[in-house]
Amino acid sequence: MPTTPSSQNPSESPETQGAEDTMTEEKVPFHKRKAAKVDRLAELMGDRSDGGHGAGIWREAFARMRRSPMAITGAIIVAVFLLVALFSPLIAPYSPTSQAWGSEVFPNRNEFVGPRAENWLGLDHLGRDMFSRMVIGARQTLMVGVVATLVGFLFGALLGGVAGACSVLGGRWGRQVDNAIMRVIDMMLALPALLLAVTVAALIGPSLTTVMIAVGVAQIPIFARLLRGAMISQGNREYVLAAQAMGVRNHKIALTHILPNSMGPVIVQSTLTLATAIIDAAALSYLGLGNPNANFPEWGTMLSEAQRFLSSAPSLAVYPALGIIITALGFTLLGESLREALDPKLRK
Amino acid sequence: MLRFIVRRLLQLIPTLGGLSILLFVWLQRLPGGPEYALLPDDATAEQRAMLRRSLGLDEPVMVQYLAFLRRIVQGDLGTSLQTGRPVLDEFFLRFPATFELAVTAMLIAVTIGLPLGYLAARRRGTALDFAAVGGSLLGICTPVFFLAFILKVVFAERLGLFPSAFRLSPGISRTDITGFVVLDGMMTREWDVVWDAVAHLALPGLALASIPLAVITRMTRASVLEVMGEDYVRTANAKGLHRGTVRTRHVLRNALLPVVTAVGLLAGSLFAGAVLTESVFAFPGIGSFVYIATQERDYPVLTGFILLIATMYVLINLLVDISYSLLDPRVRAQ
Repeated sequence: MPTTPSSQNPSESPETQGAEDTMTEEKVPFHKRKAAKVDRLAELMGDRSDGGHGAGIWREAFARMRRSPMAITGAIIVAVFLLVALFSPLIAPYSPTSQAWGSEVFPNRNEFVGPRAENWLGLDHLGRDMFSRMVIGARQTLMVGVVATLVGFLFGALLGGVAGACSVLGGRWGRQVDNAIMRVIDMMLALPALLLAVTVAALIGPSLTTVMIAVGVAQIPIFARLLRGAMISQGNREYVLAAQAMGVRNHKIALTHILPNSMGPVIVQSTLTLATAIIDAAALSYLGLGNPNANFPEWGTMLSEAQRFLSSAPSLAVYPALGIIITALGFTLLGESLREALDPKLRK
Repeated sequence: MLRFIVRRLLQLIPTLGGLSILLFVWLQRLPGGPEYALLPDDATAEQRAMLRRSLGLDEPVMVQYLAFLRRIVQGDLGTSLQTGRPVLDEFFLRFPATFELAVTAMLIAVTIGLPLGYLAARRRGTALDFAAVGGSLLGICTPVFFLAFILKVVFAERLGLFPSAFRLSPGISRTDITGFVVLDGMMTREWDVVWDAVAHLALPGLALASIPLAVITRMTRASVLEVMGEDYVRTANAKGLHRGTVRTRHVLRNALLPVVTAVGLLAGSLFAGAVLTESVFAFPGIGSFVYIATQERDYPVLTGFILLIATMYVLINLLVDISYSLLDPRVRAQ
């Protein structure tokens, strides 16, 4: 019976764990290797939490991030995006759906209106104010990203948490439950994420909800893997043994002792997933699985709508595309620098 | 080695089995059931009932699933609602085009990404390093279909350097042997066909390469940096080995192992990424057909193609695992 890399780890001492990990990484099948990479992050962060230098792991990481230009750039981008998204109704000068200037734009004659004093980013193909659509679109895009990430996070954490808790505390029976859950997770991991999202989206029909669910579902296996790995590496620690010796009930150990100490890698991944979710949502919109109501301003939908006019009015596509790219870049920079700040191996 | 391969092949069964259940449930859940997809909208209730019976849809779900599974195993994935031809035939008709595209993308990604990542690691902190890291972050964050559109508008429509659609220019004659245009052209020495096909592959290949290129660059850089800090590299340098020897035999050889794995994972996902690229360039491969199938709600094609793409993804990664064990003596010794 093949075992997954991290299910072997509970028996290993922390010293041999690193070496064992690189070795297993080369022997295990591919989807497990993808998994092993995720698990490594989980373990690295787990190992840090008992540093005992007084300052907490998070505090240390934030101190490191304050000096990193990557992290600062990411944080600024994300902050601006969040501010625009949250206060968009106050910022947007016009209604995003009103075709107030409809008589000035003729897509079939290639007549578009570029930036001008009253419309900062010009008009779209139906004579709607592009700036207002971008600003309101930021809010929708944020919602898509957040909901998709939440779907992946909640279901992934639920599956991974149950698997991890069962494996650590459930004895032989628990390890079987863990094994069964991980089989399902590995199956999901064996599919390319975009294909998984397309499958789910085609299953429930095109809508914005579809996009959020589909993109979220594709992230479930990653979150599940991460949390399970972190929980298993926490499971060997003395405080768990102490709690068990004191007669604390298993579910309480899992929920109040192990889980809070295992959330680090999951939080890092959430930041990165926000970026992926926004990009994947745009791809699903482009495939026609997104919101069928194109009135609704959302960057992915706007981008796929604007492709038709790319040769005559490229700015219609460039604005939402830039919005997506810059926002995704912001979340990626933030997530990557957070991961680097927390990874002792990359710290030099 | 043989046992390893057999065991890995056996591990495919639960994965594909689970996927078949997923696809079966999907077909069951279609609005109104499959008979609505097959019959015209104005069909009577009796016609629907008859079709249900003839398709075995009045049987218990378990029986239906087993029948579905039996058809799949026999290679019967149903017929396309658009063309009326078997799904399997449609797949293999389009496979060579996508394969050529994927190989082009991978070649671009590896030939640029490996040296770039290596140089970025060697000159850490320089402008080159900064550009490589920034560029690869940008590559990951750019929606592939947008990049494809930009490439098409700029290089095909505005500058006219490359053709903007299809596999070959209209009117060019070629001898078909294998379905692989470039390969056939080389075999029959029709160099004009080869040139034309390569020109058609350039832009979609570049668009499809964007994500693998970014990932390979970043992975190579990280991996080389890690290996350069290893004790054995310092030892090799200290005992006076030639710099080139240390770089190739010690650093590169060890640094490339994780990159090989990444290449495998990426190669599998290229077939999924092709959906986005091919549709932009009207490239007649698997991806554009899936795109049309999503628009037309051609469910047999969607389920069949997803099953086949997933199978290929898994098989490609099996090949990577095998090649990996050939590359790394530590795995071989086991």
